[in-house]
Amino acid sequence: MALEPEYSPSDGRKWTETESWPKEQNGLTWMEKFTQQELPACKPILTPGLVITTLISIGIIFVPIGLGSLSASEHVVEIIDRYDDACVPSNGDDEAAKSERLSFIQNVKTNKTCIRNLVIPKKMKHPIYVYYQLDNFYQNHRRYVKSRSDRQYQSPRFERETKTCDPESEIDDHTPIVPCGLVAWSLFNDTYRISTENDPIPINKKDIAWQSDKNSKFGSNVYPKNFQKQDPVGGGKLNESLPLSEQEDLLVWMRTAALPNFRKLYGRIETDLEANENITVVIQNNYNTYSFDSKKQLVLSTTTWIGGKNDFLGKAYITVGGICLFLAIAFILTYVIKPRPLGDPAYLSWNLNSKER
Amino acid sequence: MSSGKPLLSTSEPSSATSPHHRRHSSLTIGSLGRLCHNTSISSSVTDGSQHSNLSDHNDELEDELEEFDEDISPLGGALRNSVECPAYLRTRKKFKPVDLQLQLPLPERKLLVSWGGVTDPQHVWSMREVSGASSQAVSSGIQDYLNKSQRSERFLQISMQLKENLTHHDNPRLIHINDPKRTNDNFEYSGNEIRTSKYTFLNFLPKNLFIQFHRVAYLYFLAIAALNQLPPLAVFGRTVSLVPLLFVLTVTAVKDGYEDWRRHRSDRNENNREALVLQSGKFHPKRWKKLQSGEVVKICSDETIPCDMVLLNTSDPSGIAYIQTMNLDGESNLKTRYARQETNKLVLDGTIISGVITCEQPNRNIYEFTANLEIKGQRYPLSQSNIILRGCQLKNTEWAIGVVVYAGKDTKAMLNSAMSPAKRSRLETYMNRETFWLSVFLLIMCLVVAIGMGLWLNTHKNQLDTLPYYRKIYFDKKKFGEKYKYYGIPMETFFSFLSSIIVFQIMIPISLYITMELVRLGQSYFMIGDRHMYDSSSDSRFQCRSLNINEDLGQIRYVFSDKTGTLTENKMEFRKASVWGKQYGSTLSVDGTGDTNVGAEAVLEGRRTWKLKSEITPDSELLKLLHNDLSGDERIAAQEFFLTLAACNTVIPIATQSPSSSDTDSTLRASYGIVDYQGESPDEQALVAAASAYGYTLYERTSGHIVVDVNGEKLRLVVLGLHEFDSVRKRMSVVIRFPNDSVKVLVKGADTSMFSILKRDHPDDNHTKHATQSHLNEYSSEGLRTLVVASRDLTGEELVEWQSTYEDASTSLTDRSIKLRQTAALIECDLTLLGATAIEDKLQEGVPEAIESLRQAGIKVWVLTGDKQETAISIGLSCKLLTADMEQIIINGTSESECRKFLCDAKAKYCVKSANSCDQISVWRQNTESDYLEIPLGTKLSSLQQQHAGQEEGASFGPLALIIDGNSLVYILEKDLESELFDLATSCKVVLCCRVAPLQKAGIVDLIKCRSDDMTLAIGDGANDVSMIQMADVGVGICGQEGRQAVMASDFAMGQFRFLKRLLLVHGHWNYQRIGYLVLYNFYRNAVFVLMLFWYILYTAFSTTSALTDWSSVFYSVLYTSLPTIVVGILDKDLSHKTLLKYPKLYSAGYRQESYNMSLFWITMLDMLWQSLVLFYVPLFTYRDSTIDIWSMGSLWTIAVVILVNMHLAMDIQRWVVITHISLWGSISITYSCMVVLDSIPVFPNYGTIYHLAKTPAYWLSILLIVVVGLLPRFIFKVLQQIFWPSDIQIAREAEIMSKRRHFFGSKPDRISS
Repeated sequence: MALEPEYSPSDGRKWTETESWPKEQNGLTWMEKFTQQELPACKPILTPGLVITTLISIGIIFVPIGLGSLSASEHVVEIIDRYDDACVPSNGDDEAAKSERLSFIQNVKTNKTCIRNLVIPKKMKHPIYVYYQLDNFYQNHRRYVKSRSDRQYQSPRFERETKTCDPESEIDDHTPIVPCGLVAWSLFNDTYRISTENDPIPINKKDIAWQSDKNSKFGSNVYPKNFQKQDPVGGGKLNESLPLSEQEDLLVWMRTAALPNFRKLYGRIETDLEANENITVVIQNNYNTYSFDSKKQLVLSTTTWIGGKNDFLGKAYITVGGICLFLAIAFILTYVIKPRPLGDPAYLSWNLNSKER
Repeated sequence: MSSGKPLLSTSEPSSATSPHHRRHSSLTIGSLGRLCHNTSISSSVTDGSQHSNLSDHNDELEDELEEFDEDISPLGGALRNSVECPAYLRTRKKFKPVDLQLQLPLPERKLLVSWGGVTDPQHVWSMREVSGASSQAVSSGIQDYLNKSQRSERFLQISMQLKENLTHHDNPRLIHINDPKRTNDNFEYSGNEIRTSKYTFLNFLPKNLFIQFHRVAYLYFLAIAALNQLPPLAVFGRTVSLVPLLFVLTVTAVKDGYEDWRRHRSDRNENNREALVLQSGKFHPKRWKKLQSGEVVKICSDETIPCDMVLLNTSDPSGIAYIQTMNLDGESNLKTRYARQETNKLVLDGTIISGVITCEQPNRNIYEFTANLEIKGQRYPLSQSNIILRGCQLKNTEWAIGVVVYAGKDTKAMLNSAMSPAKRSRLETYMNRETFWLSVFLLIMCLVVAIGMGLWLNTHKNQLDTLPYYRKIYFDKKKFGEKYKYYGIPMETFFSFLSSIIVFQIMIPISLYITMELVRLGQSYFMIGDRHMYDSSSDSRFQCRSLNINEDLGQIRYVFSDKTGTLTENKMEFRKASVWGKQYGSTLSVDGTGDTNVGAEAVLEGRRTWKLKSEITPDSELLKLLHNDLSGDERIAAQEFFLTLAACNTVIPIATQSPSSSDTDSTLRASYGIVDYQGESPDEQALVAAASAYGYTLYERTSGHIVVDVNGEKLRLVVLGLHEFDSVRKRMSVVIRFPNDSVKVLVKGADTSMFSILKRDHPDDNHTKHATQSHLNEYSSEGLRTLVVASRDLTGEELVEWQSTYEDASTSLTDRSIKLRQTAALIECDLTLLGATAIEDKLQEGVPEAIESLRQAGIKVWVLTGDKQETAISIGLSCKLLTADMEQIIINGTSESECRKFLCDAKAKYCVKSANSCDQISVWRQNTESDYLEIPLGTKLSSLQQQHAGQEEGASFGPLALIIDGNSLVYILEKDLESELFDLATSCKVVLCCRVAPLQKAGIVDLIKCRSDDMTLAIGDGANDVSMIQMADVGVGICGQEGRQAVMASDFAMGQFRFLKRLLLVHGHWNYQRIGYLVLYNFYRNAVFVLMLFWYILYTAFSTTSALTDWSSVFYSVLYTSLPTIVVGILDKDLSHKTLLKYPKLYSAGYRQESYNMSLFWITMLDMLWQSLVLFYVPLFTYRDSTIDIWSMGSLWTIAVVILVNMHLAMDIQRWVVITHISLWGSISITYSCMVVLDSIPVFPNYGTIYHLAKTPAYWLSILLIVVVGLLPRFIFKVLQQIFWPSDIQIAREAEIMSKRRHFFGSKPDRISS
């Protein structure tokens, strides 16, 4: 790129409007340059140098970033355990099995405790994040996303602002549900307890929600009311003595996921887990995902600067960087083999035509 | 080129044609034309029922035919029958198809055209030119007129109606002089308050909205917003969805409001001016807006006339007032208006006049006024010469008193202040095609969503009640089982379709229309401000009168130019004279102070006491001859010659004392003044000025006499009578009594009309005649305008006879002009030839260069002129339109078959392939493209020759030039020959049309417009160009001397023809490039966004969820990405003006549609598809199986798409100025700030998102990845294209920048180029 000032058209043409257009010694004033469209300008052209420099620099920047994020992703230790099938008595695809599963999960009285044993493949350094993952759960469905009232969650004054919460806005005679809406209603309520062979590993459930949500979005004086008081019960219940801002599981759940397969933070393990260690997870399998084709998974994962285990970014960066380097070489060759001098009038179409003839 | 050897035929009739025959034909034609010349009395008013057998919409024509009858009646009834009826009937039938074909599409345009066509006097001029020698020409005249009358049907109907009204006293306008109360008693005539503003404070909102919603785009907006208000469809927040519409409406309303405010302001100024009004016997000042019809108003010198008034009295005893009609028709010369002698006397007597004026209803014809004045039971006719119009200025007259007849909005000035019709740019029409495709995409996407929704619902229909994220029924006790927003699968599918339309609405880039409007506004600002298009001589800047067609300037293929005033300055200069068969003035071209002149100056000194504003260097020989004391025929002839020039005219001399005269001798000072000549015809002014230079200064003119200063002696000549120039006789004469009581007729006129009435017995005269004739030919071949001067002594008897008929004719109330013409014929015969004059119509500065550049740019310049063929050819030669090596094809047939023959011969001779238009065009393209080669190699010529040789099998000839006259065009512009002409004309490099009528000009433009896709531009300065200007795709008006009508009708107006070069090559090119890119970019910008939303919807169970917040969706096209496109659309330049002017061929990118075409659109769409996929899937893969929430994702997408489209734009910007930087990076910053603001409001569900996201590196990495991956293909494609298929613009740009860079760094050039 070249930055070059373009000066006034002081060419040899007969433009001497001295009376009406006072000319200054050094070209024109800024305003005149502006009105004459002669402002100093940078006019980039795709010179071979520029093209090759751009491509090489993209390559040089991208490949290391790719390598870095790939290795970061490789360092992440992740355990995924799907438990929804294993934690119900009947498996199978026939209708009977399905209805059995449903009646099992919908019955309040059945014991839904489920024990899973997991092996740590590699050493996991703390903090280890515990997630639950739901698949094929459209938290981004429009009917679902819209069914909330952020004003109601924020302050008790807006308790009655439940119009947007339909169909879970109020029970019976206009008694508002707090927190209202389908999102809150379907709160995930499986619980996990993790232990090694001898000791329980505490799962820290503090600060799993965003600070901003806790501080301003959900009121510290808004208490759950009339929540999950009627059949059918959608999901988890809330402790009515705690304000919404303290109900971090709800807060996490209310940040509806962008995609139908999503994870949500359940808690953190603040201790390291050694490789090949056996851990036991006691799951209260309360949440009903059996009425539709969904999966429930428990995920234990460490994080790095890039986030969880995802090598997409790394691979993409390396690929793009590589392509750019390759293209750079290709262009260098092209310019060497078949150079086209820049700005050569011989290449103008009318000149080409005349040559051909 | 003197006698036109290569001509196939000559159009000028030879002098051998019988005078009788000639006179007849010219008379008839004249009578046809005369009616148009509305200054004459309208005899049709009185006896309009005579020809009731003719259909009524041709009433005008009837009237004409009437006169026509009377005209030829003295010449014999036989002729009359043979000419009149068949010609009329035949032509009526024959010309229907042409009329249809020439019909303008819009009714309002039609009206405007008709107005321009019918009412201007120029029209008549060219009508006159049409007349040939044979009676066939008569029919052509009628045909022509019929054409006109058909087209201006509406206008004619109006005027016809008016006339009938007046004759039958159905609804005349009655004005009681000096009695406004009675005048306005029965009829409420409008007051003099004018209102050009559209709105008032109260009705602004409703009216403006009403007007705005005439645009389909806004209705689309409204429909979308309305859809969004339906409960099941509320995709956006209800208020949010109204924002774009409100924004657009507000912007437009503010713009309209501002414009209207300015109009209000100027109205107020106008309304509050003051005029003197007669109130109880005295004149008191009164505000203009309070003036009423019927009031008597006094105007002082230099004052502007407040309303249309009938003159009652003026300071001049004979009742003459001079007015300047600059504001009305732009003509700067003075016009004479007369008060009726009767009223003049009455007012002089001091009696308060009372009378009734019966006049026609208000109309917009400024050249016509029909009324009667009734005073004391006597009726006097009033005509156009008795009325002074609003907006004119009183000049040279101390005061004038008149009675208001039309006030305020009824005035002719106000009725004429119509805007030029709106045109739509070519690119915009193409844009509609692409918009259609986008609608198809939109529809497909919506269908996909709707069908997906239907299928999804169908597969999940059993689970719908229990799905936690989809509840179709209420569970609470009160409403248990009630459906919640669920209307069954088909309805849900349908609603899904509708709501996806709402989500995808910006696929149709409505904001593009507003963007384009703003961009064009900006472009116009720079075009107007361009100092290279500023005409310092007339202090006129470039004007953009139409804001819709800027980019059309970059695609012009044909330029149709008027000659007079456009190519030429219309400033006449006396160049040469032929006196008594001898030629003078050949040295004139050599400037002034040669040796030979010294003696003459000496002779002149002391005697010459008059100074002219424009100096002419007199020819010394001629001066000597004049001052020779020897008497002789030659000298007498020379003296009489100049006396005629000084006396035989209607020029008004205005003598002013020279302020610089410091002479102490008072007598000398008194006589040493400056004379300024004012007159209607620039030719006459030039002649009078010339006479003055030779010592015959016209010094004073009153109605009865003139004073000519002959070398210091004042010669008072009594003017006994004056026959004004008219289009039939083509000459004017004046009868003058000298102080010694001898009476002479001095005549000057066109050569064709003069030679037939010369004395034809003397052999000496014959010699002079021949010499003069050859001089005339010479002059006209040089492009000079010629007039023949002759005189005659009148004997006593002749004088008496003439005087009695003249008296009779000039006071006649009916057919005055015909009678006057007959009177003129009495004395305009047996004339003695004195000589001839040659006046140069100077070419405007820079015209040849401009034409050359335009031609190099591949633009074909056609000249359409009302002039004679020879004059046209000579002007063509002098402005380098024609060159010596050109083969001239001249067509001037006098019948259809003749024209056909000419055309076919020419086509056969020059191997123009007809019928097959493809061949045709290729031949022509080759012709045009191979002629201007930038590399000056020897190969150029040889290659050219080879090409031609190969093409034409032996017969080699240069480029073709077609010269065709209006007479032939009459026959050719019929359907079947039209295509022949088109074939021939498009294969010629140059086309010159001479003697064309205004509507024929439009017809020729239409010929090209209809038969090819090429863009046309018409440029002209006079009222006769109005129809052409309005017909062409782009109309350019020259603010010249001929008036403002062309400017009023034009889309662009400028001071000089040469600016056209810059306008097209530089601004046109820029505008086209900019707008072309702008449109493509806007399509891309909106589509990429919509497609991104679309991909997401596929991941939300087709539920039309948008991850983006409502505000972001709305702001995207309004706030986040709009400013850079506008700035780029206004400021980006691919090439500097220097390069563009240096290589005019670069202009061809415009008409080859290189910046905007179907394939570019599809490439852009492919690019868009790729970018949208990248945009969607990069975040998707990055955040697969993560805790990301919908608002974070939306935030990422928002910022990514904004950065991506802005970077896309940045990659295409050719010229980065500060403003570009500010707008582009500013937009991205604004987006970020908006995101921050939106995410800082707790009640939004997206609260805090951006703070959270910005902390994670993955967010930034994915944005970077999106931008690079998204733009990489485009970048590579650009590079490849530039390496392997560089466009001309690209190369020129490289050359320009590289040379500058070299210059800048001072490095030595290792010039790679050959």
